[in-house]
Amino acid sequence: MNNRKQQWILAVVLASLLALVIGCGKKKQPPPPPPPPPKPPTATLSANPTSIQRGQSATLTWSTDNASDITLDGNKVDASGSQSVSPTNTTTYHLNAKGAGGSQDATATVNVAEPPPPTPTPAPPPSLTDDQLLAQALTEIFFDFDKSDLRPEAQQALSKAAPVITAHPTWQVRIEGNADERGSSMYNLALGDRRANAAQQALVQAGVPASQLKTVSYGKEKPVCTESNEDCWQKNRRDAFVLVH
Amino acid sequence: MDKMKRMLFAVVVGLGALASTAGAQQDRIRIELNMGQQRPRLAAPDFHAANADPQTAPLNTAFNETLWSDLDNAGIFDMVARSFYPLKTPGTPNELQASVWSNPPPNAGVLTFGNLGVNGGKVDVQGWLFDVKNAGSPAILGKEYREDATVDNARLIAHRFANEIIARLGAGIPGIAESKIYFISTRSGAKEVWMMDYDGANQKQLTHHGGIALSPQVSPDNSRVAFSGLSKDSWQIMMYSMDLGRLVSFPRFGGDNYSPAWSSDGTKIAFASTMGQGTSGIFVADASGAGAKRLTSGHSDVSPVFNPKTNGQIAWVSGRSGLPQIYIMDSDGSNVQRVTDQGYAVSPCWSPNGLLLAFSWNRKYGPGLPGGQDIYLMDIVSKQFVQLTHDAGTNDFPSWSPDGRHLVFESTRSGSAQVWSMLADGTHQQQLTRSAKNTQPNWSSK
Repeated sequence: MNNRKQQWILAVVLASLLALVIGCGKKKQPPPPPPPPPKPPTATLSANPTSIQRGQSATLTWSTDNASDITLDGNKVDASGSQSVSPTNTTTYHLNAKGAGGSQDATATVNVAEPPPPTPTPAPPPSLTDDQLLAQALTEIFFDFDKSDLRPEAQQALSKAAPVITAHPTWQVRIEGNADERGSSMYNLALGDRRANAAQQALVQAGVPASQLKTVSYGKEKPVCTESNEDCWQKNRRDAFVLVH
Repeated sequence: MDKMKRMLFAVVVGLGALASTAGAQQDRIRIELNMGQQRPRLAAPDFHAANADPQTAPLNTAFNETLWSDLDNAGIFDMVARSFYPLKTPGTPNELQASVWSNPPPNAGVLTFGNLGVNGGKVDVQGWLFDVKNAGSPAILGKEYREDATVDNARLIAHRFANEIIARLGAGIPGIAESKIYFISTRSGAKEVWMMDYDGANQKQLTHHGGIALSPQVSPDNSRVAFSGLSKDSWQIMMYSMDLGRLVSFPRFGGDNYSPAWSSDGTKIAFASTMGQGTSGIFVADASGAGAKRLTSGHSDVSPVFNPKTNGQIAWVSGRSGLPQIYIMDSDGSNVQRVTDQGYAVSPCWSPNGLLLAFSWNRKYGPGLPGGQDIYLMDIVSKQFVQLTHDAGTNDFPSWSPDGRHLVFESTRSGSAQVWSMLADGTHQQQLTRSAKNTQPNWSSK
C-alpha cells in the first residue's frame, strides 16, 4: 500500500466518524423509566404444636409471597402449604423464600421431649420353645399315697425325657415335689422332698448331669387342686418339672 | 388298764399325779395337775371399783375377766361358782367376813378379792388372797400394782396377780399368764408368723416374709423366733429377732431346710435338711447356725425336738419304716429307738419335765380307714399313752405350756384350722383364734 492510498482511507474514516458523531448528537432522547424494583419476598413458618414427645408428630405450616424459589430445609416446596414432621430431637425448621426482590428466611422450632419411661417391657417371653420342648418331654409324674416310689409310667416318662434334657446342657430343671392335703404339713414337706429326689435320681441314672437338676418340696403348700376327694388328692401327689429361667 | 394308770402315775409325778375318772372311757385318764394335792376351792369375786373415774369401770371389767379366766384356766383350782357367792363381796380386808365364804354355800377354802381404781391416768390395783378357813392368820398374799391406765395394763396386772396366786397354791410352779403363743396365720394373705397372749388376746403379726412361713419356734429366752421359710427356690431356717422386730441373718444351707427347734439352754438348733442327700435328715447346729452336723441319714426325717430337761435326747418323726412314726435318739445321733408302733404319728413335743411326749397320732391312718388325727401323751419309758382329743376334727402340732399343765394345738373341729388350748388332762379345750387359718402353735418356754 502506498502513502496516498493510506491518506485517502484515513480521510474517509475520519469523515465517517465525524458524520456519526454529528448524527448522534442530533437524535438524543430521555432515558426510559427504570422498571419498578421487585417486591421483597415474605415468608412465615409455624409449627403446631411446638412441643411434642418423641414419636409424636407436629404440623409445619408456611406461606410466602413474592417468591419463586421456596425451600423448606433445602427441599423445594409450594408457596404455601403444610407438612407433618416427626423429629426425634428438638429441630429448627428453616423456610427460605427467594424471589426477584431478594430472599427471606423464616424458622420454626419443634421441641422434642423425652418420652416418659416406657412401661417396663415384660421380660422377654421365656424361651417358649425350650419350655415347650421340656413340656413335650415331661410335665409331671404322679405318686401313690404316702409313697415316693416311681410308678412304671413315671419311670418311662423320665427315661424318655432324660435325653431331651441332656441335649440342652444349658437347661436347669427344677423338680417340685408335692403332697396331697392329708397328713401333717411338716411331714408332707419331707415326703415332697423324697418324691422330688426319686425323680432326680432316676434322671441322673438315665444320664442327665446332676448339675442340670434342682429339687424343692412344696409339701401340701401349693396344691393344684383343692377339693377333698381322691381325684384331687391324686392330682396333688406329684412332681412337677419346670425350666428355671 | 390298771397297769397303764399306774405307769402314768409314776411318770407324771413331777407334773401331778394321775387318777382315773370312775367309769371313764378306756383311755380317758384324768391327769391331776397339782402334784397330787387337793385342788383348792377358790372363790374369786369381782374386784371393786375403787372410785368413780370414768376409766375405772372399763379397766375393772377387763381386769376381772382376765383374772377369772387365768385362775379358771390354771387347771389347779376348783372354782366356786359365782352363784354361790354372798351378795356383799369384799373390796378390802376390813370388809371381809371370812365365815360367810368358808361355810356353805360357797364353802371356799381360799378367797381372792381386791379393788381397782384409776387416779390421774394411773391404774391402782390392790389384791389379796385369804385362807378363809384359817381364822387365825388368813392372809396368804397382799399385792399392789400401779401402771399407766390402759386396758392392756389392766389385763397385764391381772396376769401378774394370777401368777402370784398360782405360784402360792400350785406347788410353787410359776403361772403362765404372761407367756406367749407363736403361730402361723394366713390372715395377711400369706402364711406369716404371728404371736398372741396365752389366752388368745393381743394377736399380732411378726413377719412380713411374703413367701410361706411354717413351724415357728421361740428361743428359750424369748428373744428370737426360728421358723421355716420358703425363699426363692428352697426352704431355709429363718430367724426373727423380737428385740429388733425384723429378720436377722442365719446361714443358708443347701437343699431344703425346715422344722427348727431350740435346745432348752438356747445354745443349739436341731432341724431337718436335705443337704447332701436329697431326702431330709436331722441336723444339729449352734444357735448361730455354725457347725451343722448330720445326726440321721434321712428317709423323710423331720420335726426334731430336744428333751428340755436334759438336752441329751431328741425326739423326731421319720418315714423310714413307711408311714411316719415318732423316734427318739441321743443328741449325738446314737441309741435310735422307735416310740410309736402303728398309724401316722407326727409333731412330737417334749414336756418340760422331760417325761412325756405330746404328739399327733392317727392310729388307723390310711385311705378309707376310719380314725382321726388326735393329740396323745406318751410316757417315753413305758410307751403307755393317753388320748387327749376325741372325735373332733384333725388335731396336730401340740406344744406344752411352760408349767407343763397345758397344751396348745391346731384343730380343724370348728370347720377351719385354728389354734386351741387345753389342760394336759384333755379338759378345758378352748378356741384361741378365729380369723382366717391359724396353725402350728408354739408356746414360749417361759
